[in-house]
Amino acid sequence: MINKAVNNIKEALLGVESNMTFMFGGFGLSGIPENAINALSKKDIFGLTCISNNAGIDDFGLGLLLQRKQIKKMISSYVGENAEFEKQMLSGELEVDLIPQGSLAERCRAGGAGIPAFFTPAGYGTEVSYGKEVREYNGKPHILETALIADFAFVKAWKGDTAGNLIFRGTARNFNPLMAMAGKITVAEVEELVPAGELDPNQIHTPGIFVQRIFKGEKYEKRIEQRTIIKR
Amino acid sequence: MALDKKQIAQRIAQDLEHNTYVNLGIGIPTLVANYIPKGINVEFQSENGVLGMGPFPFEGEEDPDMINAGKQTITTLPGAVIFDSAISFAMIRGRHVQLTVLGAMEVSENGDISNWKIPGKMVKGMGGAMDLVASAENIIVAMMHTNRKGESKILKKCTLPITGVNCVKKVVTNLAVLEVTKNGFKLLERAPGISINEIKSATEADLIIEGEIPEMDV
Repeated sequence: MINKAVNNIKEALLGVESNMTFMFGGFGLSGIPENAINALSKKDIFGLTCISNNAGIDDFGLGLLLQRKQIKKMISSYVGENAEFEKQMLSGELEVDLIPQGSLAERCRAGGAGIPAFFTPAGYGTEVSYGKEVREYNGKPHILETALIADFAFVKAWKGDTAGNLIFRGTARNFNPLMAMAGKITVAEVEELVPAGELDPNQIHTPGIFVQRIFKGEKYEKRIEQRTIIKR
Repeated sequence: MALDKKQIAQRIAQDLEHNTYVNLGIGIPTLVANYIPKGINVEFQSENGVLGMGPFPFEGEEDPDMINAGKQTITTLPGAVIFDSAISFAMIRGRHVQLTVLGAMEVSENGDISNWKIPGKMVKGMGGAMDLVASAENIIVAMMHTNRKGESKILKKCTLPITGVNCVKKVVTNLAVLEVTKNGFKLLERAPGISINEIKSATEADLIIEGEIPEMDV
């Protein structure tokens, strides 16, 4: 067993620097690496390129890094719900690359899987296809999308073991397994960290080979963006 | 009378086929789930990673780890499954999801759709819409026939940035049901009490009108 456990968030973030490219798992606020984001927002690192499906809200998630103007460029599929984001984007301070959600997921998966590029129909005929190679397969045009990798990928799982194996819970899984594959250094934070051998190998979603560092998050707020309920 | 949003959803629900997988977009499409006809079984996919989506949870049972693509708290039904975003879009791109219902700002007579960007305004992004429209076998658009200025959203050619080309199969609006054929929009049904002329005058694109046009059953 190769031990991936680190003692604290400080060790988990060792080596993060300005101008790096980071990936962040999560969809909306569900399954975001809260502890890593909080700690990064307190570090004096700037000029970051962040790959994340969304950009958090003003006072939670990646909104915290936006507030301190640590992010130079966002690569996302949907970035509403964030006034600070809008302000920085419209003023030109923040560069934004919007890409279709499925292409974003597959580009991360491809990055981790050693596939440099792939053809997809998504975005053909739209401004997403500008400058991209187009090829016809089965009578249908497709565009060439390239793989994404990151200096650090920050992911969040429900349970993990000291070998770095991860199990997600509910729709908090989303981009986390794909980004875990695409990080040169993948930092996983979990709600529960157990010794290797305690998780059933059949139930593991992300094999520990993709994870370089794992730690138990100190605290999880797990905010809900749209609380929709039925009255009893 | 022109249809309200609930009735548009109700009309689309009549098109649901038994034992199929369906993805519903945000807005009017979400309401379709409330009108599934008796005897029809459909499974709803949400592109953030769930198939077999159920209703909203009871108060106190909402779970931050269980949301749909609109970031709303949800529940799952028996047989449901959770997966990552790459698998989710494999279902979509690989055409395993049979029907996509989504909203639009404009639809053109060759089936192009615009629904993600208004130049000069804040751009929020396309989310999963481009992947969905590029691959779905069947795409039904749910929208109002005209925009807030009263201008037709059913056009010869889209004026806003495109989300996908040649993809929309059918449009259900507050005034009409239209099929996208290779010759353009074909008027299939009209809202109860709405005349063909009223539909024509609210529509910029040409309409193919053949025989009697029945009223929608809503």
